[in-house]
Amino acid sequence: MTKALISVTGLDTTGIIARVATKLADMNINILDITQTILDGYFTMMMVVDLDGAHMGFADIDKELQTVRDELKMSIHMQRMDIFDAMHRI
Amino acid sequence: MPMIETGEILQTMRMIQEENFDIRTITLGINLLDCADHDPLVCAERVYDKICRTAQHLVSTGEALELELGIPIVNKRISVTPVSLICQGDPRPIAQALDRAAKETGVNFIGGYSALMQKGATLADERLLASIPEVLSTTERLCSSVNVASTRAGINMNAVREMGEIIKETAQRTADQDGLGCAKLVVFANAVEDNPFMAGAFCGIGEPESVINVGVSGPGVVKKALESCKGAPFDTVAETIKRTAFKITRVGQLVAREASQRLGIPFGIVDLSLAPTPARGDSVAHILSEMGLEMAGAPGTTAALALLNDAVKKGGVMASNHVGGLSGAFIPVSEDIGMIEAATAGALHLEKLEAMTCVCSVGLDMIAIPGDTSAATISGIIADEAAIGMVNNKTTAVRVIPAVGKKAGDTVEFGGLLGFAPVIPVNSFKCDEFIARGGRIPAPLHSLRN
Repeated sequence: MTKALISVTGLDTTGIIARVATKLADMNINILDITQTILDGYFTMMMVVDLDGAHMGFADIDKELQTVRDELKMSIHMQRMDIFDAMHRI
Repeated sequence: MPMIETGEILQTMRMIQEENFDIRTITLGINLLDCADHDPLVCAERVYDKICRTAQHLVSTGEALELELGIPIVNKRISVTPVSLICQGDPRPIAQALDRAAKETGVNFIGGYSALMQKGATLADERLLASIPEVLSTTERLCSSVNVASTRAGINMNAVREMGEIIKETAQRTADQDGLGCAKLVVFANAVEDNPFMAGAFCGIGEPESVINVGVSGPGVVKKALESCKGAPFDTVAETIKRTAFKITRVGQLVAREASQRLGIPFGIVDLSLAPTPARGDSVAHILSEMGLEMAGAPGTTAALALLNDAVKKGGVMASNHVGGLSGAFIPVSEDIGMIEAATAGALHLEKLEAMTCVCSVGLDMIAIPGDTSAATISGIIADEAAIGMVNNKTTAVRVIPAVGKKAGDTVEFGGLLGFAPVIPVNSFKCDEFIARGGRIPAPLHSLRN
């Protein structure tokens, strides 16, 4: 399974999770885990997703997410989980 | 595998986004021995074709990994078989072919315009040496290195003498760029065959047909980690550096493995060097300051660097299945903001830098010296550094830049990763007669070690 972490940060507003989740569903990307908090009005969400069922490659998924970023004016990053596994798990 | 915790994810992100953690280079080593021909033009054509063919996907693969793993891979580079080994005539067409191949494949540097002459020179070595000043002033991305000494062979003092003159002439020919040619020229003792870092990278003859070597970086991450143990004893300092180096190197190993798989080229080594850049927060000198020194160069600097260098290796070696290259802390002056500050403030002198090279990787690196420094004096500096490498069984190197028309206290500017540097004074007492002797300094005895 190719897992990726999607981190979303920025000023809190209505419908952030809905917007990101809809976009992921459109691309047939399954969400495995979500953590989300709000600190001083600052929205922080981390999502672990499974890219295996996606209709497109990593670069195209990233581009699609950028459209959500522009729309919500939030910072959205996607990176493969391997980098965290490499650094923190033996 | 247990799920990664939020705190761990944030730590990785902070390292990349705030502490300048990056993969410094993916370097593709390419064997060029099969390109040899008695006609330099035929040889040059083969070299160009082979590099373009082998490295065609290097940059795009590096960029894809950068995007997917979310970590900058700053440089994609190529190292090749030392050119003196494949060249049976005028080496200059090959130099131009290498530069063109670098541009075609999109790498920012290509290394291997090199000669290995620790014991003596072949005719090809001599021709290559003579061409270095012209070649470095007429190419953009080509890097050159010359090995003049080794622990087993001793020091080739004829080569040392010649290199002093070549460095002077290269500086003259690139004077309009503050002697930039000299930033692409390094003189080694005990050069390694799998170094991924420039300017000294070449693909040694013990290497496979092609090979992926990766250099990691992260002085900013180490400094940040040490901020959490202010005033703690050195046991804690060493342990903290080891833990950090382990994490950094694991990512290097991941990138190396992925790049190797995608390109279908075997993985060689991860180089554990802490490579600084002139950016603030990316300085090896600031790690030394964090240990409690007012500035790099203060008494205690050599001890601090020795601890750092050893702890980086101990942490890193467990994180990768093959470690090699130079593997240690780099102390280039112009490429490290803390070193630049220390040299400008007068805290760091050439002699202290020389002492520091006894305990860390490489040597006198990216140091601007007055333009009127004689060729013999530069050779004297090279000889001293080579002696340290030879006796201590380690790699040492000299990459000095005589700043034409400038004197101590002036500044030279190279731009980008090469940075800028104050011109630092050189001992003005002469060594001309010493250098004029030539010949070889015999290899040292390696028993009776006191």
